[in-house]
Amino acid sequence: MNVLAKSMIFSVGLTLVFTLVANLLPQVEGEAPVEEEVDLGSLTMDDFVTLGESLFMGKGTCTLCHKPAPLGRAPDIQGDNMVEVAKERLVDPRYQGKATSPEAYIRESMVDPSAYVVAGWGKKGSNDSESPMPHVDKPPTALSGLEMDAIIAWLEAKDGNEITVALPTMEASAEVAVVAPAGGGLPAPAATPEEAVTKYGCQACHTLLGSSASLGPALDDVGDRLEPEQIRQSIIAPDAVITEGYTSGVMPQDFAGKMTVQELEMIVKLLAEQKQ
Amino acid sequence: MSNDMSGRISWPAIFSGRLWTLLLVVMLTVAGAQTVAQAASHGMGSADSAEKRIAPVGRVQVEGQPLIEEAAAASAPEAPEPLAAPQPQRKDYPNIGVSSRAVVWIAAQMHLFFGALVLAVPLFVLVIELTGLVTKDERYDDMAHEFMKISLVGFSITAIFGGTLALALFLLYPDFMGYMMRVFGVQWLWYAALFFVESFFLYTYYYGWNALRYGNKKWVHLTLGLMLNAAGMTIMVLANSWATFMMAPSGVSETGVVTGSIWEIMKGPLWNPINLHRFIANIGFGGAVVGAYAAFKFLSTRDPKLRAHYDWMGYTSNFIAILAFLPLPFAGYWLMAEIYAYSQQMGITAMGGILAWLFIVQAVLIGTILLAGNFYLWSGMSRTEGSVRYQWMIKYIAVILVICFLTWMTPHTLILSAREISVLGGSHHHILGPLGIMPAKNIAVNLMLIVTFLSFQLYRRSDKVAVVPWASAANACMVAIYLVAIANIIFVGVYYGYFTNTVYKVGSSVIQVASTLVVIISGLVIDGFLYKGAKRLPSHWGQVSDRSQYALFALPIAFTWLMGLMGYVRSSVKTHWHVYTVMKDNSPDNFIPTIGYAGNMITLVTILFLLFVLFMFWIANLSSTRQTRPTTAEGGAVA
Repeated sequence: MNVLAKSMIFSVGLTLVFTLVANLLPQVEGEAPVEEEVDLGSLTMDDFVTLGESLFMGKGTCTLCHKPAPLGRAPDIQGDNMVEVAKERLVDPRYQGKATSPEAYIRESMVDPSAYVVAGWGKKGSNDSESPMPHVDKPPTALSGLEMDAIIAWLEAKDGNEITVALPTMEASAEVAVVAPAGGGLPAPAATPEEAVTKYGCQACHTLLGSSASLGPALDDVGDRLEPEQIRQSIIAPDAVITEGYTSGVMPQDFAGKMTVQELEMIVKLLAEQKQ
Repeated sequence: MSNDMSGRISWPAIFSGRLWTLLLVVMLTVAGAQTVAQAASHGMGSADSAEKRIAPVGRVQVEGQPLIEEAAAASAPEAPEPLAAPQPQRKDYPNIGVSSRAVVWIAAQMHLFFGALVLAVPLFVLVIELTGLVTKDERYDDMAHEFMKISLVGFSITAIFGGTLALALFLLYPDFMGYMMRVFGVQWLWYAALFFVESFFLYTYYYGWNALRYGNKKWVHLTLGLMLNAAGMTIMVLANSWATFMMAPSGVSETGVVTGSIWEIMKGPLWNPINLHRFIANIGFGGAVVGAYAAFKFLSTRDPKLRAHYDWMGYTSNFIAILAFLPLPFAGYWLMAEIYAYSQQMGITAMGGILAWLFIVQAVLIGTILLAGNFYLWSGMSRTEGSVRYQWMIKYIAVILVICFLTWMTPHTLILSAREISVLGGSHHHILGPLGIMPAKNIAVNLMLIVTFLSFQLYRRSDKVAVVPWASAANACMVAIYLVAIANIIFVGVYYGYFTNTVYKVGSSVIQVASTLVVIISGLVIDGFLYKGAKRLPSHWGQVSDRSQYALFALPIAFTWLMGLMGYVRSSVKTHWHVYTVMKDNSPDNFIPTIGYAGNMITLVTILFLLFVLFMFWIANLSSTRQTRPTTAEGGAVA
């Protein structure tokens, strides 16, 4: 056998050994979260708690760090009774946050993890003043308020505590993302500005295109009051500027993650043209 | 104001009721403006604080209050609106009937393989050429020239796959590429311009080799080589900035609007760790590939002179590959530490999450590289008569390597049936379980690196006898350094790895790495002084076994596969994002494929690479092949 044949057989054979090892290992596919509709009308508290567990294990990626010792890189919140732990934290002199109840404490630790850093779990060199945990309401996790509520409900329920989180109502965001089998389709983007406004339910709260809802500021004259960039700002960061007489936290915060760029621009253009 | 009939100002009229009213309004307006300005300067203005709160997303106006910079904005032309990253939906991705990711995967990986090769070869060619100049040994110069010759076609192949990759990306991921074009802007043109610069220095360096061979002209030639490397390195770091931007974007807002300069976009947290890691890995990879060429030529000839030449060439290539490989894990540590610092989620996805299993394959690959490298060194010791002094140590080194290799590839979680779990009493074996976690693997990999350096050191000592009077003391010192370092690696690994929480495990690996580096650096320094002016024992180049040459084939195969595997990890840690946290991947391939699928893809590109490398070597030899002049009978008309 000539040298070329021998060297090729050896090289390809070795390559196949590596391939074999790779194929002998457990085959796990990392699926991307897929948007799923939740029927809020028929949602029970048990469903909500189950949804919270699913989000905790899936989209929330909480279990990457929150594992039992010695494997965890963060406190073992699955093993701990978080309501009891939260009560202890709230009276801890180190606690500088704003929460006054276990539910608020858990929510605060999700959206502002550095408000209280458990001793020994801070970022390296921060002397436990800064948490390595990401803000779960921002990308890449980007949980909605409803999804965080579901997780809190599960954390309360898993140790037999009273569930203090209220069931979401129809007015709240109806879409939550949970990990689902591949193949689930994404909602089709809107083709016209009116379709986009309808798709995101703007008229449910605002006076616009024939609607007379008053939960949010009227938008039928918004073109007189705001520039297009301010309108865009109000959609992607609704709490940045609050119109006098209205409260923060009502408008969904996740439109930037849900809308396509074209949809956003169509809505902005349509609103900018709304003049008295 | 009023005038009387004569046109003179009537003073009493100045203080009429209307004027008083006007004056009052003006005063109140001025006072009001001052109050607002003072409030704003003290941070009390709600518009100011709102602007601060949402910067850098956009401009702010509080409803009911005056517009900020109203007058200027009214007169100035409308500024272009900041563009956020596009969020394409599934239908926005073209469907060509096969997996778009697979197409890009193959083109990107082939481009990277050849890119790594042609960036690395000129680097060590320059060092070898300089060695030839310093030692006045022309064999180095000829070997460096031959290395350049065999990699020359690689530049064209790199460019071909680079062009293919770019076209594939524009066709299959138009929104993503549009965004990347917008973010990096004119940097793309600088990147393209650098290819002209690199080509100029490449061709003048290669074709000017013999014209600029001696005297001052040699320095001109070395300068050309230096400039070639500078151009190549700049190309590499520019391209790295795209990859690191996708993993850890900087210089853009949360929605992907460009907010920083091109420098701020490039110098993300992972840029320099990737630059260093790829720089070192490229050298190891390049050395391994040209080593395979030398091995092939060695096996193909029976001419003792040629066999001696290619044996020496293979040895040098292996030397380069292993020397570059030894510090590579440390560059990897830095990269992973920076990934964890940037995003713990991303770090755990790579090391402890869905991708954790592939580190078993990595262990097999690195184990193969180290075993092959050591085997080649042990075989090579037969070239020198002085090696008999050290051969007794080889079996111990081999035992340590095998034990560490098996430890490294021991999985933490076993795939067991229900019956097996009940027999074991859990999914983790009480003895093997502890060997599956990182502390054990850190001990194993550091010990493997130390004993590989020992093999290398013994090989280098085989043909020399130290003549300095302090030789015994230096040897005792070297032995002590080895023993202390090994004890330290084991103690730190066991104590901090199994008796403290996870945070300290990572910290302890730094101490272990430092111990290994101390052995390598002190070994090189001590031997450098110890064997200065040493007595040389004869070496017989070309008398190495044929079997040893297969180690030189194993190295590039394992290196290539390893590069492919690490590329899969690097890309997959972004999960379902084109640009992490900024631009989602909604394509049909937005999931992390299984390790088996990735393995099949890596094998495909490795075999493709092998075929193209063979083509590259064939072309290199074609240039030195000359057809013999046909005789009249054979050639017919020739006469």
